[in-house]
Amino acid sequence: MIELYILLIFMIIGAIVAIEVKDLLSSVVAVGAVGLGLSIAFLILKAPDVAITQLVVEILCLIILIRATLKKDLPFSTSGRWFFNSLITAGFLTIFLFMAAEALQQLPKFGQPIMRVASTYLQQGLSETGAANLVSSVILDFRAYDTLGEATVLFTAVIGVLTLVRRIGRKKIGEKVKAEDE
Amino acid sequence: MSKEHQAGMSLIVKTITRLTVGLILLYGIYILLHGHISPGGGFAGGVIVALSFIHLMLAYGKEMAFKKLSKGAASFLESGGAIMFLLIALSGFSGGYFFLNFINKGEPFRLFSAGIIPLCNIAISFKVGAGLFAIFVALVLLKTNSKEKER
Repeated sequence: MIELYILLIFMIIGAIVAIEVKDLLSSVVAVGAVGLGLSIAFLILKAPDVAITQLVVEILCLIILIRATLKKDLPFSTSGRWFFNSLITAGFLTIFLFMAAEALQQLPKFGQPIMRVASTYLQQGLSETGAANLVSSVILDFRAYDTLGEATVLFTAVIGVLTLVRRIGRKKIGEKVKAEDE
Repeated sequence: MSKEHQAGMSLIVKTITRLTVGLILLYGIYILLHGHISPGGGFAGGVIVALSFIHLMLAYGKEMAFKKLSKGAASFLESGGAIMFLLIALSGFSGGYFFLNFINKGEPFRLFSAGIIPLCNIAISFKVGAGLFAIFVALVLLKTNSKEKER
């Protein structure tokens, strides 16, 4: 369990570096380090499915972030009202820490989950679906509605991105547009 | 940056890319086809397939990548994957209810087993791969294009 704590400390340090560093590229690299640490943490907790997905999505996000932010300085605004802002921040931190402390006491102990529904899946997953990978049998058979919703979310996200960043608006009937503009 | 982006990277990167891009594509296909046996699945496999095309685009420029997978093909694959997933779910009504695993389960630990789960994996990987490729193209290329226009 000690390696998990080392990884968590590494990820927290990486997140703080990502916030505090001035250079945008260094910040993106620090975010990537946090994601890598998270995927190793999933591996230590014996969840290889999630680890693979986390790793590849992290790489993709890193490529997009680097390509999109390279050689581009975003303006950083530190306007007045710092007293008001830090007061609100401290207030919300206190509320969230209090809520988290209350909620964490109700949770089951780490590594000993409540196995009401999950034990049924573990015992009957192989015979009911025939899939050797139980994660796959859960996301595509027992809980396939979730996957359908997730696919819809991704579809909507792609349509939204393509709509927001396109350069030309709606075409008039019969209007021709250069191919490179699309 | 935009000009170098159009033409791709240096000769070393291009040579390495020629060797590795096929392996990455094959690994993605392996991950998605074996999603019901080993860790992985449609989402991770689709992202790896998309990464191989992104790799090609970063190294060789956008012309080469669009020759392999055009924008029309990407949008067709994305919508086609979504519709295929929905059709698999709907065809469960032939035996009873939505998302019924109506194909013969087969023997566990074989490639052709587990009924509709491999088909769903393939549909999701089409959707995720083409969709993420489209997001990459939209976020990266269109931005550089608009920067060129400002000059």
